[in-house]
Amino acid sequence: MSTTSPSAAVPAQLQEIVDDFQAMTEPERLELLLEFSRSLPDLPARLADHPELLEQVVECQSPLFLTVEVGSSQDQPVELFFSAPPEAPTTRGFAGVLHEGLNGLPAAEILAVPADVPDRLGLTRAITPLRMRGMSAMLGRIKRKVAEQVPAGTLTAATGSGN
Amino acid sequence: MPLPADPNPKFADYAHPERLVSTEWLAENLGTPGLVVLESNEDILLYETGHIPGSRKIDWHTDLNDADTRDFVDGSAFAKLMGEKGVSRESTVVIYGDKSNWWAAYALWVFTLFGHEDVRLLDGGRDKWIAEGREMTTDKPVVTATDYPVVERRDEPVRAYLPDVLAHLGNGPLIDVRSPAEYTGERTHMPDYVDEGAMKGGHIPTAVSVPWGKAAAEDGTFRSRSELDSLYGGEAGLKTGDDVVAYCRIGERSSHTWFVLKHLLGFESVRNYDGSWTEWGNAVRVPIVRGSEPGAAPAKR
Repeated sequence: MSTTSPSAAVPAQLQEIVDDFQAMTEPERLELLLEFSRSLPDLPARLADHPELLEQVVECQSPLFLTVEVGSSQDQPVELFFSAPPEAPTTRGFAGVLHEGLNGLPAAEILAVPADVPDRLGLTRAITPLRMRGMSAMLGRIKRKVAEQVPAGTLTAATGSGN
Repeated sequence: MPLPADPNPKFADYAHPERLVSTEWLAENLGTPGLVVLESNEDILLYETGHIPGSRKIDWHTDLNDADTRDFVDGSAFAKLMGEKGVSRESTVVIYGDKSNWWAAYALWVFTLFGHEDVRLLDGGRDKWIAEGREMTTDKPVVTATDYPVVERRDEPVRAYLPDVLAHLGNGPLIDVRSPAEYTGERTHMPDYVDEGAMKGGHIPTAVSVPWGKAAAEDGTFRSRSELDSLYGGEAGLKTGDDVVAYCRIGERSSHTWFVLKHLLGFESVRNYDGSWTEWGNAVRVPIVRGSEPGAAPAKR
């Protein structure tokens, strides 16, 4: 496995988070994940009042709902929205990482994010591989929903290798 | 010196009332020398969002499970953990947690493997404490490390391995505490949870289905003695003196049931089969029954 080519497709703002996690000890990584859980933005009122507009990611251990909106400008910027209860900080933390790492990026860049990025945060030992799958499922769902909303043939070239 | 038991009249009906404390009791006794409060949750970060003042966190995965082998920590690792948490062999330990004390019961069961004498659950757990508006803090507790002795783990009385369960078939009751869909084999994991990987679905022959959550009331407290008697005695058919084995998927939910049978109903011999369905459902040539009937014990080979 090459160590350079997969990271080429990781957007800079997500790679920065991965690097932050990688530079830390395990307890510090958990602290950082907790900070992400706190910084996860609340839903805007138009979504908070309409929970049916969000989809549940059932692979997460706690209730997690998300939706995406693809903008109409040429590079098709993606806005991400998450909802998870405060008593599920780990799930909120995963959502916070994905929000900070992906929100606002062009659809093509999000679709090119390698599926194994969650495994690169160095949390698997502490959180268990099973729980990490919840984050992978979130990423997968985001990509699927983005793909659904991007009209066929309109995708602008991704900076990475595509998916 | 252990702290006196909670005289709460609800607990008096249980076989071992001293194994439970109420939120009132805990609030009154916080800070008493000899008492250590531990929080054990499913979510590894939940403690950091707020916990009972002075309580210390214990994590089922990183603290209690062995890092390499599918097993629990050994005596020296447990002693080190206890020392760091300020627990001594004589401490009264009260454990509480999220999800109706599911993970707290798991921790308590692991303490039992090491024969820690005085270990209790907070009835209603974390949610009840919060619901009552009691004090929570994010302050890190100041812990004075203790010297906990290295005690060899003693599994036999409370832990069943796969061969023990095979030998048990036809000789004693089995309780399957998973959800009904897992019991019948319709699915191999909990609704809303990811599949932890079992090749086959169904249940162990002769096991009766009593989902663990039936033992808990809406507020997360344990149901009353009479409710529990009719649940496990009536519906599940357990009789005084039975040698019982309980299992679930990885042994956590069945720890909750183990606590109920052992400490609240007073069954002398109750073992938790922690290999549970993630072992049994993947094992070669063990008997499996699908559907809603318990099924018969296989003929002796």
